[in-house]
Amino acid sequence: MRPELTLEHGVQRIEGPLLFLERTVEIGLNARVEVIDRDGRARIGRVAALDERTFTIEVLESTLGLGVRDTQVRIWNEPMLFGVGPGMLGRTYDSIGQPTDGGAPVPAVRRMRIDGLAINPAVRALPRDFIETGVSAIDLMNSLVRGQKLPLFSGAGLPHDRLATDIVLQARLRHQAQGSFAVVFVGMGVSHDTAESFRDAMASSGALEHTAMFLNLADEPSTQRLLTPRYALTAAEYLAFVEGRHVLVVMTDMTNYCEALREVSAGHGELPSRKGYPGYMYSDLASLYERAGCIADLPGTLTQLPILSMPADDISHPIADLTGYITEGQIVLDRELDRRGIYPPVRVLPSLSRLMNAGTGEGFTHADHPALANQLFACYARAAHVRVLASVMGEESLPEVDRRFLAFGREFEQRLVHQEGRRSLEESMAIGWQLLRGLPVAELTRLTRRQIEQYLGGEVP
Amino acid sequence: MSEARIRWISGPVLRAGTQDVFHVHEAVAVGPSALLGEVIKLGPDDFVAQIYEDTTGLKPGDRVVGTGQALSVPLGPGILGTICDGLLRPLLAADGPFIRPGVRTGGARRFGFEPMVPAGTRVQSGQAIGRVASPRPQLCLVPPGTAPGVVRWMAPAGEFSGTEPICRLEHEGGASSEIALTHSWPVRESRPVRARLAIAGPMITGQRILDTLFPIGRGSRAALPGGFGTGKTVLQEALAKWSDADIIVYVGCGERGNEMSEVLDELPKLQDPRSGRPLMERTVIIANTSNMPVAAREASIYTAITVAEYFRDQGLHVALMADSTSRWAEALREVSGRLGELPGEAGYPAYLSSRLAQFYERAGRVRTLAGSEGSVTIIGAISPPAGDFTEPVTMHTRRCVRTFWALDRGRAQARFYPAIHPLQSYSGDVDALARWWQAQGNPDWSAQRKRLLELLEAQVRLERMARIVGKDALPPAQQLTLLCADLVNDAILRQSSFSETDRYCSPQRQTEILSLVIRFIDLAQGAVEAGVHPDRIGELPLRRTLQRIGEEFGETRIAQIRALWKQLDSEFSSLSRERVDAP
Repeated sequence: MRPELTLEHGVQRIEGPLLFLERTVEIGLNARVEVIDRDGRARIGRVAALDERTFTIEVLESTLGLGVRDTQVRIWNEPMLFGVGPGMLGRTYDSIGQPTDGGAPVPAVRRMRIDGLAINPAVRALPRDFIETGVSAIDLMNSLVRGQKLPLFSGAGLPHDRLATDIVLQARLRHQAQGSFAVVFVGMGVSHDTAESFRDAMASSGALEHTAMFLNLADEPSTQRLLTPRYALTAAEYLAFVEGRHVLVVMTDMTNYCEALREVSAGHGELPSRKGYPGYMYSDLASLYERAGCIADLPGTLTQLPILSMPADDISHPIADLTGYITEGQIVLDRELDRRGIYPPVRVLPSLSRLMNAGTGEGFTHADHPALANQLFACYARAAHVRVLASVMGEESLPEVDRRFLAFGREFEQRLVHQEGRRSLEESMAIGWQLLRGLPVAELTRLTRRQIEQYLGGEVP
Repeated sequence: MSEARIRWISGPVLRAGTQDVFHVHEAVAVGPSALLGEVIKLGPDDFVAQIYEDTTGLKPGDRVVGTGQALSVPLGPGILGTICDGLLRPLLAADGPFIRPGVRTGGARRFGFEPMVPAGTRVQSGQAIGRVASPRPQLCLVPPGTAPGVVRWMAPAGEFSGTEPICRLEHEGGASSEIALTHSWPVRESRPVRARLAIAGPMITGQRILDTLFPIGRGSRAALPGGFGTGKTVLQEALAKWSDADIIVYVGCGERGNEMSEVLDELPKLQDPRSGRPLMERTVIIANTSNMPVAAREASIYTAITVAEYFRDQGLHVALMADSTSRWAEALREVSGRLGELPGEAGYPAYLSSRLAQFYERAGRVRTLAGSEGSVTIIGAISPPAGDFTEPVTMHTRRCVRTFWALDRGRAQARFYPAIHPLQSYSGDVDALARWWQAQGNPDWSAQRKRLLELLEAQVRLERMARIVGKDALPPAQQLTLLCADLVNDAILRQSSFSETDRYCSPQRQTEILSLVIRFIDLAQGAVEAGVHPDRIGELPLRRTLQRIGEEFGETRIAQIRALWKQLDSEFSSLSRERVDAP
């Protein structure tokens, strides 16, 4: 696409990321521009405000070295678009969707707005296809379904990358044709080695040809970091809703994205909200997360697996908090479990999958799956409660029933949460039933008489 | 028609210059695709407007056209059973998978109309002049604000679109006006009523913890705060499904799109336990999902309450579920920030509290203009940051509502739903509703309710003590209190929205379960006083039945609950016999 106009002069003032120009041309809000410095280096930007005499450009990269007299501006009278087409998979792109693997540019068959459009709620289809990830703490306790957005709440130094890779490589549907799947990996402010190890994992399993990687590395401008997930999700939407694939988008690390958002907002002189993050962070995050989903009558689906490292492991930090309100649950990783060598270190109680009821049970997984998960949750919560008592009084002084719950809690972490290789849902369920056998039947109030007799061999009084 | 030209634009806010007359809150159409906006500030020759859609591509010089009226929505029989956006424009599958900004037109539906008054009748505003049969019977009223007049012409029974005239009135002085099935009403203005009435009867929600412990009256207002993942949405959806309101208005304000599709997926398949009709027929869904324009989110709450009032005026009982009012407050904050207003607490504008109060005040039980009784009950969900109930939206809302249902993270994590915390929640409608329960055949309701609350209160105190001295060291009476409180939690407070037998609990079944549990507590206390050890009571076979009573004894087995009394008596009497027989 050729620019429609080039302004040789006209920059009047530069303030932070904003350029103020004389308005000598007809352009609209959010139009795409390129700002070119005296060395000919182009930086992208967009029109942020207009009045009768001037207009404002927000430069989405560093403004280092820009001058008032020697800066050129190229203008396209259209919003930011991403040219997408067949052959997007198996490639690596930079922050703004340019291939960086040395290959030819992707032949664009359509140009889509990187901001996307809201999915019409009237045609959204409820996500229902259970994805077996091979991870018991997810499959059995917090099931993932196609079209869901399920973040990993993690912390610095926890094995979230490994878990995400495991999920990507192990995920499959049960009793159904696989369909064509695709992985979109979005690295926002990630280190080079994180990107590299993900690529290696994909390559060694032969999945690289189904993967598109969008990388904004840690040393790249933070303003571009705000664009990277938008380019990547536009590609994902194309792959899902035009090419009809089942796309899993791994986004890491959302915390870097939010930091960039705060930085840019501060640069604009906006009023800060909690902890200096802008007041619109909820809406901004929603404009990314809400792009997951299923659409009635369209074959593909878009599932998101965002990863965020909670600053200071604080789940009430605005980034985790706002994400939790938008996404359909969360998988929380825990430092203590990690220290004890439990992998994946999933803290089951605060984890949640809101779509679990839509994708499990009769007709989806196993008729007794929801009841089993429910009972395990109730028992594990009680074990956690007893642990608090035991920490004060010592285990010996507890009544017999409570001691059995303590033992259950330990077993639950070591035998169900911890795992070496992939587990099918049936294997996970079998372990779950086995663990419940250690508890008195009278305490298992979430199970029916039939379930107790069938799986636990117990007598119901 | 007044006209203006854009002078400045940034994000959803523009300033336009004009020589014509514009008014505060007047709706405007902006640019070539006639995006909807609203005037918010006026100067001598310009004004500031906010736009409810994506403003990409707008530029100075674009036309802004005034509509001459405040931001209004079309109210008519067609909105029932549909899903609309925050400005009540229908969202149709035919619009395609993605929402594009600009004017959308709903399908041209026609309604079977039947006149109720002959020509020559003198009518006034709010009076019913006809009815529409589907999807459920609705009345066609003389729009409020219409001057009294005499019907000069009345359409015969037949099919009409929303905008065709069905009646012509002649007013005093010879002026005449036409009435159609649909009329428009400004969303920020509450619709008039003849009188406001006191709360008299409950809105039965079908949820035991609400109806029994923290009931809400018809026309009352409740807040439902909870951190993420505590089950606000599931509970709101349960209320939308099982409340005994005539009409449900469900507004998803800045929430997930999948939430809307869940409601759309389920409601048509579920039946109203009272009328046997699909629940969707009594429901209006207003969706402004979190990725739809923020300014429209601010309006969507007013749209919803206006729709609720429209049905109330037909003499119906309406329940409005707003999920979530925090997102509405945030939209208010965002727009206020763009206007450069001075921020108050946590960046919210200083008028947050008065806006919340105005919104909740539109709830109420009323005598309509036509003289019948109607009500609007508001249940507003709140999403406090970090689950902190001292933040501004929760705090201000607390002062506006009568009933407070606090969701608790600990309960939610144990998958104990509804995760309403019995000690942090309250209801201001209890006294008004005790009489209703008495009339329903439970004269002891107030006393029973009080007893449960005392028990739950004691449980917290005793557990704290048990943490230090050990459970076994507590005296038997206190051990029994813990056992009974556990039973109350399991038998009464826990209720799964996903269980087909237990998702709805009728008042009759609630009374039976409540009475049985109280009976258990009475007998158990008697037994412990007679020297039976609480552990022996814990071992009674019936205890497990009681813990699962909601799940095992559904609406069709209410009579069998009564039959458990005999079993209860015999199990306890054998306990006391053992005691006597023991050496």
